[in-house]
Formats: sequence, C-alpha cells, structure tokens
Amino acid sequence: MAALKVVRSGSRLLNGFQSLLNNPRKVTCGVAATVTKHPRWYCVSHLSVQERIERKRKAALSGGGQQRIEAQHRRGKLTARERVELLLDPDSFVEYDMFVEHRCSDFGMEADHNKYPGDSVVTGQGRINGRLVYVFSQDFTVFGGSLSGAHAQKICKIMDQAMMVGAPVIGLNDSGGARIQEGVESLAGYADIFLRNVMASGVIPQISLIMGPCAGGAVYSPALTDFTFMVKDTSYLFITGPDVVKSVTNEDVTQEELGGAKTHTAVSGVAHKAFENDIDALLNLREFFNFLPLSNKDSAPITECHDPSDRLVPGLDTVVPLETTKAYDMLDIIHGIADEREFFEIMPNYAKNIVVGFARMNGRTVGIVGNQPKVASGCLDINSSVKGARFVRFCDAFNIPIITFVDVPGFLPGTAQEYGGIIRHGAKLLFAFAEATVPKITVITRKAYGGAYDVMSSKHLRGDVNYAWPSAEVAVMGAKGAVQIIFRGKENQAEAEAEYVEKFANPFPAAVRGFVDDIIQPSMTRKRICRDLEVLASKKQANPWKKHANIPL
Amino acid sequence: MASHRVTPALQRVLFTWQHVAWKSRCCAVASHAKYSTVYDPAEKTFDKILIANRGEIACRVMKTCKKMGIKTVAVHSDVDSSAVHVKMADEAVCVGPAPTNKSYLNMDAILEAARQTGAQAVHPGYGFLSENKEFARRLAAHGVTFIGPDTHAIQAMGDKIESKLIAKKAKVNTIPGFDGVVKDAEEAVRIAGEIGYPVMIKASAGGGGKGMRIAWNDEETREGFRFSSQEAASSFGDDRLLIEKFIDNPRHIEIQVLADKHGNALWLNERECSIQRRNQKVVEEAPSTFLDPETRCAMGEQAVSLAKAVQYSSAGTVEFLVDSKKNFYFLEMNTRLQVEHPITECITGLDLVQQMIRVAKGYPLQHRQADIPINGWAIESRVYAEDPYKSFGLPSIGRLSQYQEPVNIPAVRVDSGIQEGSDISIYYDPMISKLVTYGSTRAEALQRMEEALDNYVIRGVTHNIPLLREIITHPRFVSGDISTKFLQEVYPEGFKGHQLSDSERWELLATAVALFVAAQLRSQRFLGNLRVSSSQQEQRRWELSVELEKGVHAVTVSRSGSTYAVDLDGKRVDVSSEWNLASALLPVTVNGTQRTVQCLSRSASGEIDLQYLGTSYKLRVLSKLAAALNKHMPEKVPEDTSSILRSPMPGSVVAVSVKAGDTVAEGQEICVIEAMKMQNSMTAAKTAKVKSVHCNAGDTVGEGDLLVELE
Repeated sequence: MAALKVVRSGSRLLNGFQSLLNNPRKVTCGVAATVTKHPRWYCVSHLSVQERIERKRKAALSGGGQQRIEAQHRRGKLTARERVELLLDPDSFVEYDMFVEHRCSDFGMEADHNKYPGDSVVTGQGRINGRLVYVFSQDFTVFGGSLSGAHAQKICKIMDQAMMVGAPVIGLNDSGGARIQEGVESLAGYADIFLRNVMASGVIPQISLIMGPCAGGAVYSPALTDFTFMVKDTSYLFITGPDVVKSVTNEDVTQEELGGAKTHTAVSGVAHKAFENDIDALLNLREFFNFLPLSNKDSAPITECHDPSDRLVPGLDTVVPLETTKAYDMLDIIHGIADEREFFEIMPNYAKNIVVGFARMNGRTVGIVGNQPKVASGCLDINSSVKGARFVRFCDAFNIPIITFVDVPGFLPGTAQEYGGIIRHGAKLLFAFAEATVPKITVITRKAYGGAYDVMSSKHLRGDVNYAWPSAEVAVMGAKGAVQIIFRGKENQAEAEAEYVEKFANPFPAAVRGFVDDIIQPSMTRKRICRDLEVLASKKQANPWKKHANIPL
Repeated sequence: MASHRVTPALQRVLFTWQHVAWKSRCCAVASHAKYSTVYDPAEKTFDKILIANRGEIACRVMKTCKKMGIKTVAVHSDVDSSAVHVKMADEAVCVGPAPTNKSYLNMDAILEAARQTGAQAVHPGYGFLSENKEFARRLAAHGVTFIGPDTHAIQAMGDKIESKLIAKKAKVNTIPGFDGVVKDAEEAVRIAGEIGYPVMIKASAGGGGKGMRIAWNDEETREGFRFSSQEAASSFGDDRLLIEKFIDNPRHIEIQVLADKHGNALWLNERECSIQRRNQKVVEEAPSTFLDPETRCAMGEQAVSLAKAVQYSSAGTVEFLVDSKKNFYFLEMNTRLQVEHPITECITGLDLVQQMIRVAKGYPLQHRQADIPINGWAIESRVYAEDPYKSFGLPSIGRLSQYQEPVNIPAVRVDSGIQEGSDISIYYDPMISKLVTYGSTRAEALQRMEEALDNYVIRGVTHNIPLLREIITHPRFVSGDISTKFLQEVYPEGFKGHQLSDSERWELLATAVALFVAAQLRSQRFLGNLRVSSSQQEQRRWELSVELEKGVHAVTVSRSGSTYAVDLDGKRVDVSSEWNLASALLPVTVNGTQRTVQCLSRSASGEIDLQYLGTSYKLRVLSKLAAALNKHMPEKVPEDTSSILRSPMPGSVVAVSVKAGDTVAEGQEICVIEAMKMQNSMTAAKTAKVKSVHCNAGDTVGEGDLLVELE
C-alpha cells in the first residue's frame, strides 16, 4: 500500500500543485509533505528518471489496485497478469507498452487518478513450451477492461509484429466493452483490431480465450480469430445484453442463457470449447498451442513420440457393428489410431454428428474429421457442414494434414434443412475439402453414400490416399432406397435388395475403379496412415492463381 | 494296457519338447503351471465337437480340442458374431438373438447346429445348458454325445432335495434341513422355525450361488422366499425351493472328481472357494490351507462314493461346507466342468477337458488315485467387469478400449474369451477373465498374482482388480484365516479401495509428480523445429504442488537423467523409470522398490489418475503459481442426489413398486432392477413423496439412468 501511495504522489507532482491541493486527504506521507514546500524544478531533479520508471512500473503491475484485484478474485477470475504468467513459460514474458496511457480528456478522464500506466490491457510476447507467441490480456480491474484508443493501439502493435515474425496471437478477453468516454476513438480502435484480425487470418494462428464479458462490437474480434474458447460460468459473449434484449424483443433471458459458455459451445457454435475455470482454460490452451504451427510458413510441429507408429489396433477390427443400422462411436476409432489416444476435440458439443479436432500421428500434428454414427446416424446437415468446413480450412491454411473418417448415410433431408440452405452450407464443406492442398488421407469405415461420399475428402476431390475398411459400402444410397427406385412397382423387392447388397454394399465397386487405393484391415489403419504421412510430408500442390476463391458463404 | 501306458508318456516328452521349442520364453514351470494335454493319436475320440457356450469357457474347451486334433464348432448369438470364441472355432453357427433364452439356451437351434455341422459331440461348458438333463436327453436322441455325465446323474444331483437323500444313503455328511417343496412364504417361515435360524433359502434346481439367500428372521425368510422363487422361475423355469440350516462361519471347499463309464472314479484334490460375495466366488485356490491329509482324504472318499452312487461319469464337483472344527457337510454336486477348474489342472497337471472328452467317448481313466499329485499351489482371481465399490461388485458394461493380459509373467494363465475392442454387454456374465497364477509355494503364487494384477491392463469398463488385489494381500488371507464371510468381516462398511500407509502415500505422490515433470519436459521437445529459442535451457528444478484426497503437498523436483528426486514434506523420494508416456504400464523404481503403476489418464490441467497397488487414485499436480492461484477458482456445486434414484448398473427393470404421488419411507423398495440374472431391490434414500417415475417394468436402463425422483 505504501508503495502505491508514493507512486501516486509522484505522478501528481508532474501536474503541479493543483491536483495535489485538490486532493488533500492523500497528503499523508512525509516525502510528499516535504515536497509541497519546494518549487517544481526541485522535485524533478530530486526524483530521478529511474525512480519514476520504477514507480510507473509498480503502478502498471498493480493494475486497477488491490481492491479491484480482490473483487476480480472474488468473481473467481484471475487478473490479466496472473493469466499471462500461467499461460507462458516461467520468466518468458516480455511486455510491451507498459507506459502507454489513455489520451482521453473528457468527463474527468484526464485526472491523474484516472490514468493507469499500461491502461486496461497487458501486451507482449513470450514462449509456450519454448515456442514464440504474442499475447494480449485485457485487464478488467482498469476501467472494466474497456477498450480505449490506447488499448487498441497496444493490441495492434503486437499483432503487426506477430505477422511480421510469423507467430500466433492469443487474446485473453475480459472487457466491459468500448471506453464510452472516448466515443468514436474507441470504435476506431475496434476496427483497427478487426482489420488486423482479417489480415492475419491464414497467416498466423489467432486464438481468443474469453475469460469475462465480451459484448457489443467487441465480439467480432474473437469471431474473426481461428478459435474461440470460453471459461464456464464467468465468460459471456453477446451483441447486446439481457437488458437491451428485454427492451427490444421483450424476452426474459439471463446472461448465461444468452451468451454463456454452454450457449455458445452447444447452441450457437460461436465458441469452440469451454473450460472449467481460468486455470483449467490456460493450462489447456498451452496444450492446444503445441498442436499449432507458428505461421503459415512453418510446418506443423512434430513432438517426441513414444507411441510406436506401427502399433496394431486390434480393437478396430470389431468396432464397426455387423448390422449396418447399428451405431458406434467414431471417437473409439480416433482414440485408437491417435498417438497415446490423445485427441483435442474442437466443438465437442456442437453439431455432434461430425467430429473434428487435433491429434498426433507419430508425433506429427494432424487434423481429424469424422462422421459420428452415434449422433443422427452421422449425416451431414447445415451445422455439421459448417463446423467441418471451417476446421478443414484452418488445417489447410496452416499445413496440417487432414485425416477423414467416413461413415455418412448422406445429407439430412427435410424442410428445415432445405429452408435453412443446406445446399449453400453443404457446399462449404465440399469447397473446403476440394481446395485443400495439404496431405489428405481418407478412411471409409462403413457408409459412404451419395453426394456426401463425394464431399468427404473423396479421391475425386484430390484425396491423396483413400482407404476402405472391409465394412465399407460406397454407393449412391442404401439398398432399400435404391431398389425402390430401380425396381419401382416390381415384385421380388427382397431379392433385388439382396442383389444390390451383394453388388454395392461392399468396397469393391469403388476399389475396382481406383476410387479407393486399398482395402485395409482396420487394425492396420494407424500403421498405414503413419507411413503415408511420412511420404506425403513433401507433398507440393498448388491451386490456380486467384485473388481469393469465392466460397459459398 | 502296457503299451498304452508307454505311448502317453512318450507323447508327454514330445509335447514338452515341442512346446519349449515353440515358445522359448515359456519356461518349464510355466508350461507345467497350465496343464498338459497328452494327446495320443491312436486313441480316437471325436472328429468334431460343438461347444454349446460362449466366452472364456468356450475358448478353453476349444484349446484342448485343437491339441487333440478335433475340429470345433462354435454357436453364438448375433451380438457375439465377432467374439473370440467364434473366431477361434473352425465353424460357427448363429443360434439366435442376444437374450440367452433365445440363443445359448435355445436347444432347438443348438441341436440343429450340431446336425448341420455334423458334430459328433457337444461340450456344454458351465452354466447355460450344462446341467440340463433335457438337453442331454435330446442330444442322445439325435445320436450326439453329451460331454458330461448321464442324464440320470444330472437329474439326481441337479435336484437339491434328491441329491441330499442320495448323499445320505452314500454315507456322505449332510446338513440338517428341510427336504421338500415349499408352497408359500408362510410355509417357508414355519420350516425355518423348525430348523432354527439362520437358514439358507435357494432354488432346488439352481447351481452355484444364484438364487441363494440367507435369512436370520421371519421377515427375511419371507423376502428370501419371494426373491428366490422369482429367480428360480426366471432362471430355471422351476420354482421349487430348499431351506436348510445355515452354517455360520463356514469355509467352502470342494472336491473335484473324475469318473469314467467303467465304474472308476478319482478325486483330484480340493479347491478352497471361501472368498465369495453374494455367494459367488471371487478368489479360489488349490490346495486349501485348512485341510490336513486325513480330512482331504475323508472328503475325497465321500465325494467318490457319491459319484459312484449315481454312476457318475465325466468331471464333477462335490461342494462341502467345512466348519472351524473341520467337520464337513455335503452342499451339492455340480455335474459339469467348474469355472475354477484351472487351479486343479495346475496342481495335478491333468487337462480336465481332455479327460471329459476321453470319458465321453467311453475310454477308461488313465490314472489311479495314487497318481494324483498336489504339485505346488495355484490361485485364481475372477476378473469381472464390476464396480467393486458397490456391494463388492455390481456389473458394469462397456467396450474394452485397451486390454492387455499379463501373460509375459511366468506361471500365469489367463482364461478369457474377450480381446481389445470386445463389448461387455448386459446380456451375459460380466466376467472378463480368470487370472490364474502358479508357484511352488503359496507365497510364490500369491507374489505372482500381485504382479499379474498390477500388470493387467483393462480400460473402458470398471473392473474389480482393486478388490482382488486387496484380498490377496490382506494379512488374514495371506495367513489362510478365511471363511465365506471374509469380505463382510474385513470390509464391514463396504469395500473402499486400498488404504495408503504414509510411505505408500509418499511413493504415490512422488510418482505422480515425476510423471508430471517427465510429461512437461517431453512437451518441450520438438523435432526439427528451428524456431525454438536457442538460449533456452532446460529447467533443472521445479516447484510444484500435488493434491491427493484433499491433501495438498508442496514439492520440489530435480532431475538427473531418468531419475527424479522429489522433496516432499521433508522426505526425499527418488523415482526412476524409462518414462514411456505412451505405454499403459509404467514400471517405476521408487527409492529402490520396483513397481508397476498404471497411468489411467493425464490431463492438460494437471489431473493424473494412477492405478497404484490395484486401486486408482486421482491426483492433481500444479505449478506452485497455479496452485497458489487455484484458491480463487470457484467451487462447482455437485448435483444433490438424495432425492433422485439412479440405476447403479445397466440392466432391466423387473418391477416398479411406486407411482407419482405415493409417499415412501426411507428404505422402502421403489423398484427392482435385474442384471446378470441378479435381482436388486432399489430403495428410497429418505422418506418423501414420489415426484415422478421415469421407468416402467420391462425397460432396459443404463448405469446412471434416472429411475425415480423424490420431492
């Protein structure tokens, strides 16, 4: 506390006597009392620059002050600096712009007690497991973490540098919104960040971790980044809060229902994953970071791997049930083939009929996409197509090979889907797989029906290695439907069905045409994929020159 | 005869030689620990045998058939189509859908399968149709040999009342009791009164512990009658019951007999099966620590005389209760191959399945009583997919995501019928395997069992290894001081897992911390990545915090090579290992002691689940900083469970005794769940009004499914 007071008296001196006299209750300590008796020039020479630096630093490190820090802790949240410290390797954080202050002079903001060195955000760079990363962490204890022009400028600075050196940016969001006192300057700040988010997209990985409120225009920065994670119970994302919702649409809704972690990870699909609390989130983010390359110029990282690349997975030989109508869990297959059964699933609670996430194969990061027969038979619908497409494009942008497990009965029929634009949205997934030039390995585990077969990283969309398991059925549709069309109104439907099953409900029609490269024993899958990835590591493929493609948004 | 005797001996030598050549790692002791199938090609038995069973016992029978050069036919239900026993057989026939009464108990389909495949004989294994005289009779009518005793022996011994009368006549010691049919609950109470409490009530037709209940008063007799008769009806289609004096503190010791069709019968020593829960065996051993040669011989001779009295042929088991004064009473005779037969094979060297096949073909026994040895000691642990923390084991189901048997340890035999990827379903017995270890002494066998349990990898289902390991290391068990009440006496409050001593706790904490650091270090090792800071030095010292069972300990760790020195509450613990983080087994040396620990899971947020001394422990390792900040993290409130009743296991709802709006008293029955043929009464945890009922009789429910909500 004493240190804090000294700092305050120091900053006061810079503004002359006036503010000090306006604040007589603060004149308690001996030094300050002595100083008031002497002219200004004396103070400046007496207080060396070094001391002022120290005072500013101390002030910056204590953010909005002890009381606000305690309030932050009572909410179950850590401070901006505590978060950075947990996220990065010990002693690796290098802070930028600690001395930046806001420049607002309206509404009493120019007052000294309203100036905080560093303003409401902590920025800089550091290391996660030795690898470079740029970080900004919004400080809720300073003006509720609100975004001032200076705050935005600090973020922009590290983003610019991150793009130049090619390193990811992680944003830890905890902000009440715009600095209203600054008006349009704050809005300009948001836009400056948005522009950089867009420019950096596909150049460096950008990750947002929402650790408190994030409302209004502010939400668009996380929305533009590659991954948005949330902390359960303490983070919110919405365009307008419950009060405005009530006044406009007369809906009664809580913050949690409107924009909590559950809503965004299960209903809206805005967030990619939620964690229990700040510590859990930050530690998981470290783990997640290890999957990512530093930039689009770097290859996906390869870590030391103890899991033999030629390991057989006997459990996979029985994972697909004999009855084609019976469900199984695609995660059993993914866990079975991945290094150490480790799979970082992205959006595990949203559009669960498709599974996406990161794993390693012989130490090498891969993106995995799989239809999930356990949910809605693994069909493709609007949400799963969009979820899959965004993930595939991330992998393609950042040199991460894509492994696709196919068990898809087709696109989901119905008015809800058609009216919702399944044609437009389904096309996104098709587009994403088709344009991807990273190594693409596909395993058809069971059904690969109709257009959905084409979409799911088929040979026709430049799949590099496409496998079928013996249980694979590559066909236009299931036997029953097909027979009803081919033999409409004819007798002996059952016989025709059996014939169709014999002819098409197996991997041969695709294999004889070379649409699958091989039919493999499921237990060999890991071994084969690891070997293929090694071969494909030097794959070079380019799309025609274009300004950018026109994905059906 | 003489030439016959030479040939098997020669065969034995040949067999042993080949066996050693094939599996050079398998030492002589290991092969002896199993059993020797001395196959005489001149002795023709059958060309093809159908095994009317599933799981481990089907596989067990097939193993011997293969050695004897006999072709095998598996039968299976549709869900078992890719089961191990199906793959192992030369031919397989699907005999119906999953429920046992439509498949494995479906006589018509099995007879048809035998006809279709031309099987000359049927081995029934245990359970299912193994003690069904009707099945044996129908097979005979079709000209197919039943590998087991004759119909009349099955009938005589299958009926508990008749078997006791025959036993008495054969001068076998029997327990005082009521030999008759019990009409209703009140009659049961009257009979129980005459015999004197405690009494035991069970189905006349049932084998093993199934349908057996013990009553200490009239009320429990009524309840026991109700349950036993229901179970008897559903399992055996025969609701007759038996009530008899219950012998307090008894041991369950059984004699293996082997008889041929020429009037010869042998006793192959005893098996001690006293460690039971709900009257089902958990750990068995042969021989028993309790029997002296005289008692053993007396029991053996009575068992043989009973077998001879019913012209028994094939392998059979005569079960006795033995009291503390070594008085023994005949309990029942099982006219089939017993689950725990491997331990007898271990100590006698005989292959019981082979003997059954020979006898069924009509060959006389090859051995005399004097030829039957007791070589060493064998222990069997029944490894079940069960949650041992719920009344010593309630069934659990699931997919075996990882499965690795500890067969690399010498003198270990694992009889199983599952493999990685197999499903443990609600339809069948939840047994995973029978883990048998053998040693020249009991101590050696127990030591190997400990090692085998620690090296047994089972993931995806809850299993009872924690309980098994506690039993076999418990001082009372080790000293041989056991009875059928062992579990209730040792764990009166229910099984709670291993209780750590101080030094074990330090060992466990240090192991977790060392594993954490090893994993942290590995996550910093990137191959071929030039963008990692070159000035960065590997951290040499870590200040961490580790949490176990709400106790938080500050630790410091330093590394030298693959050894981590952990400073913990002023103690120094050295942990070294190869630190293979992909392996399910983690062999560590902690302060010089070697152990195998299993890492069940490891999360990014520092949670580490370790299986240590059989029990799994949840630990959390955090950096000093994270641990200090952890106090600010909000506590998440768990769901209040006192007013909701969830199914403790997967199964089917047999009856629902309440409806919404009823008021129930604490302890009152709310519904009955049947799983693995056991009926479990679910009771109210408090006195309250029923808010809603979420299940109906006949529903299939999963573990954790909501059954009833109280207000």
